[in-house]
Amino acid sequence: MYSKQVLEHLENPRNVGVLEDATGFGEATNPVCGDLLHLYLKIADGKIVAASFKAQACPPCIAAASVLTEMINDLTIDKALRLEPADVTQALGTLPRNKEHCASLAIAALKAAVDDETWLATACGTVPGAIATG
Amino acid sequence: MQTIPRKVYLDNSATTAVATEVVQAMLPYFTEIYGNASSVHQWGQRAKQAMEEARYQVAELVNATAPEIIFVSGGTEADNLAVKGIAEAQVEKGKHIITSQFEHSAVLNTCRHLEDRGWRVTYLPVYRAGLVRIEDVQAAITDDTVLISVMHVNNELGTIQPLKQIGDLVKTQRAAGHKHLYFHTDAVQSVGKIPVDVRELGIDLLSISGHKIHAPKGVGALFVRRGVRIQEQQFGGHHERDRRAGTESVPLIVALGKACELERLHLKDFMNRVGVLRDYLETELLRRISNISRNGDAECRVPHIASLNFDYCEGEGLLISLDLKGIAVSTGSACASGSIEPSHVLTAIGLDHETGRGSLRFSLGKDTTKEEVDYVLETLPAVVEKLRRLSPAAKANVQQTSS
Repeated sequence: MYSKQVLEHLENPRNVGVLEDATGFGEATNPVCGDLLHLYLKIADGKIVAASFKAQACPPCIAAASVLTEMINDLTIDKALRLEPADVTQALGTLPRNKEHCASLAIAALKAAVDDETWLATACGTVPGAIATG
Repeated sequence: MQTIPRKVYLDNSATTAVATEVVQAMLPYFTEIYGNASSVHQWGQRAKQAMEEARYQVAELVNATAPEIIFVSGGTEADNLAVKGIAEAQVEKGKHIITSQFEHSAVLNTCRHLEDRGWRVTYLPVYRAGLVRIEDVQAAITDDTVLISVMHVNNELGTIQPLKQIGDLVKTQRAAGHKHLYFHTDAVQSVGKIPVDVRELGIDLLSISGHKIHAPKGVGALFVRRGVRIQEQQFGGHHERDRRAGTESVPLIVALGKACELERLHLKDFMNRVGVLRDYLETELLRRISNISRNGDAECRVPHIASLNFDYCEGEGLLISLDLKGIAVSTGSACASGSIEPSHVLTAIGLDHETGRGSLRFSLGKDTTKEEVDYVLETLPAVVEKLRRLSPAAKANVQQTSS
């Protein structure tokens, strides 16, 4: 049912946890099945230097978030924002059709985290060290 | 000690392995005794004889008589034939059916089909315990009620419904003049697992599935009490006393008969042995893993099913992670089916979406061993802990598991 990449990410999810010195935090939920995804970014000089995630979600969502944290590491914000759900799906080999929304969920969390970073930077001038995780 | 890769199948309520004796029994009917059971020559008559022996074996398991058994393609066909068969046969007397909210979809969707065609259907609540209440059945009966269809054992929870009470109620109603009231039960999850006696329970129609009791997929049976008339649902020859047209699949029928005989002989053994293992599995999981809960009534249930919710985990994540460790279970999680709601069974017992998301069903079988249960007990706490570490909702204190 799932590709070996999805299963591998489920078995060994990358970059799990709260990034203590995150500069951006994004949350995405899937209203359909209740999947919940938290993405943490550390951005320095317009570049993503660290990313991590937490998820209470089905295997393909966990895999999508996990692979995304690898894909965006070292990317400039501009390049990261050009990523599409199809890129995440491709990185996972394939997703079942009724699970393609999992890739969209990961991308939505990424956009939210970048927006958060932008907002914090403009609003405060400096970025607080710890982000409330709720 | 090195871990040996294992395969532990705890999804016997989904389907079972065909028993070796069953395979042996059916094989000659593919290539040696291949006659059409309707043919009068010796090829046909030998096939017919085997089929009638099987009919007797099936009947004996549920305390019916052989002519009361109709062979069908499985549980779904049995349910369709029973519900539509009675509804259409009794259409002049009434168009009201009583069933429960957590029936198998073979009954639920047949009822919905009838609703679209003018029948009225009452879906009884099953409450947190996962049990139909007799007072609700009684209150739902009206003069135009023709059928009560309540499953014997719920497939996800394992809860045993009060069939004897419903059967007694139907008898009382009939004695009082409500002659066109019939009682059907989907017994797919109970036959061969607990004693089923159609006379004692007062049942008019009862559905049996082969592949749940170590016979192959593609065969089942419907018990129709002598004197109960049903409208046939497919048209053709005079097979199965004009109640189910189509050349009988003799090999599969022989297999079903053999499986029923084996289930009858080993029933007591099965219940005692598997009950101990299920209780061990459940007790130990509850002890070793925090923040888990059980679904359904603890007393009124079959000995081989456990339904548990693991907070802060998503059921499909648990299922796939266990699968990677060689363990098969099932889940009522919405994610697994790609739907909004958790399974209609978990919804019917009032489980909130969040709790239902982390549900797992363990269904043990006749071949389950203590070593296999131990392997699950060794494996599952780590899997739960891994998923909880991922969860943004889990607090640090629930991630602790003791062992």
